[in-house]
Amino acid sequence: MSLRIVVTVKYVPDATGDRHFADDLTVDRDDVDGLLSELDEYAVEQALQISENSDDDVEITVLTVGPEDAKDALRKALSMGADKAIHVEDDDIHGTDAIGTSLVLAKAIEKAGYDLVISGMASTDGTMGVVPALLAERLGVPQVTLLSEVSVEDGTVKGRRDGDAASENLEASLPAVVSVTDQSGEARYPSFKGIMAAKKKPVESWDLSDLDIEAEEVGLAGAYTTVDNAAERPARTAGTIVKDEGEGGKQLAEFLAGQKFI
Amino acid sequence: MAEVLVYVDHVDGAVRKPTLELLTLARRIGEPVAVALGNGAADTAAALAEHGAVKVLTHEASEYADYLVVPKVDALQAAVEAVSPAAVLVPSSAEGKEIAARLALRLGSGIITDAVDLEAGDEGPVATQSVFAASFTTKSRVSKGTPVITVKPNSAAVEAAPAAGAVEALSVTFSEKATGTKVTGRTPRESTGRPELTEAAIVVSGGRGVNGAENFAIIEALADSLGAAVGASRAAVDAGWYPHTNQVGQTGKSVSPQLYIASGISGAIQHRAGMQTSKTIVAINKDAEAPIFDLVDYGVVGDLFDVVPALTEEIKTRKG
Repeated sequence: MSLRIVVTVKYVPDATGDRHFADDLTVDRDDVDGLLSELDEYAVEQALQISENSDDDVEITVLTVGPEDAKDALRKALSMGADKAIHVEDDDIHGTDAIGTSLVLAKAIEKAGYDLVISGMASTDGTMGVVPALLAERLGVPQVTLLSEVSVEDGTVKGRRDGDAASENLEASLPAVVSVTDQSGEARYPSFKGIMAAKKKPVESWDLSDLDIEAEEVGLAGAYTTVDNAAERPARTAGTIVKDEGEGGKQLAEFLAGQKFI
Repeated sequence: MAEVLVYVDHVDGAVRKPTLELLTLARRIGEPVAVALGNGAADTAAALAEHGAVKVLTHEASEYADYLVVPKVDALQAAVEAVSPAAVLVPSSAEGKEIAARLALRLGSGIITDAVDLEAGDEGPVATQSVFAASFTTKSRVSKGTPVITVKPNSAAVEAAPAAGAVEALSVTFSEKATGTKVTGRTPRESTGRPELTEAAIVVSGGRGVNGAENFAIIEALADSLGAAVGASRAAVDAGWYPHTNQVGQTGKSVSPQLYIASGISGAIQHRAGMQTSKTIVAINKDAEAPIFDLVDYGVVGDLFDVVPALTEEIKTRKG
């Protein structure tokens, strides 16, 4: 038996940098350093753990859609231990929204061949968290998402989804789409050996024509949503700051009473 | 007037507050038609009518509890086909966003998630979103198909607006994929008796400075004196001091209460992403240089173990 895992990853602007919008109201990816979205590291980690705990022959492919620099995200995932990578890159993809991104990813996943897709819970830039559900809908396979625990055995994926009202145990047959949360387990750091090995691992490049996608289906023109404007949030007006010299609690209560909270 | 579908989040018939907020927003766009599914669906009607639902479409079936997400997508799709609404509004919970996304794809529609405000526009509803850890505000609209929009809790006031709320049975045929992901077990969360974190008017959070699970008792005591929910920073959750369900920040809950009190929280970007849109922000921290003080309306530089209990005592005294 073999198990083919495709891990979807995103190259995002560093959240600790000064993120902003470009003139066309897309996320500016030039002025802020990019990196593998932190939340996708958990997806790579779970793929590696599934592989390590399996008697099957497991192959892990990392897949990204993005500009040239997005290769850095693939390289990081390969250095953590993934086997190979696919980079979908095409100028016409610029400005694609979540619906369009899910189309490109789904076509690429089908072309690559898969038994299990693993995604992070959301990207750290768009933060929508809807791509895994969209992939399941497009691929026509079960959605087993937002898992804090995941395991695969005998063609079945099981996991625990911690919701607001309850914690649920889920189960589905492969093929399936899984997403994992940041509670699923700390992602490993690439070892020096892993970093060296990653340089020799294959990275395939595909464009839209490889996936039979027309340019009009993606990009800003193909988007299903339009951003009309983006404004920097006005800085909060400087507040009152006091040093506690025994009366800090009382002073704070006074402020809260003045604001009618007490 | 055009109809607007509102997906009802309820627990055995008890409607949760964010759904009532959606009705307020739906009335700005058209006539709200609510869709309530699963056990107790019909029991939601009174509360929904009270807040403006002209109609309540209901369907009860065990599939909604036994299988993940897809049965609800099937039902909402059936409701869209029955009503041809001007828009579909869904509460922005983790599940709500997944339902909305799959529905949008089936309808050939665009989706906007995590709106914090919604108004009618010439080219359809305009959604306001807070992005990049709430450092930017965007206005967007769906440009293809029936707009599907998820809205965050606390984005609008709950308003009484009595309407007919006529209950109608929704006819639903489940798709082949509806039973793909089985829910094999469910452990309800133990109630703390405190308000839901994302819905609370006041949130009191503790961070690294709380320095131990046992010390969260003083955060809880302050929260209880104000009738508030308790939150925690990622540092406190990662240290195992407080449950992940209470985490405020990028990978936890995003909250927007009237009052947010941060105790022993430095205010890293991950945390700010989850609380920056709070109306009034108060912080207590030993470090005068902590970035959280850049956000506050009122800050106390001091030891939270002195300031928080003193504040709690003072509140209790004032409230008598």
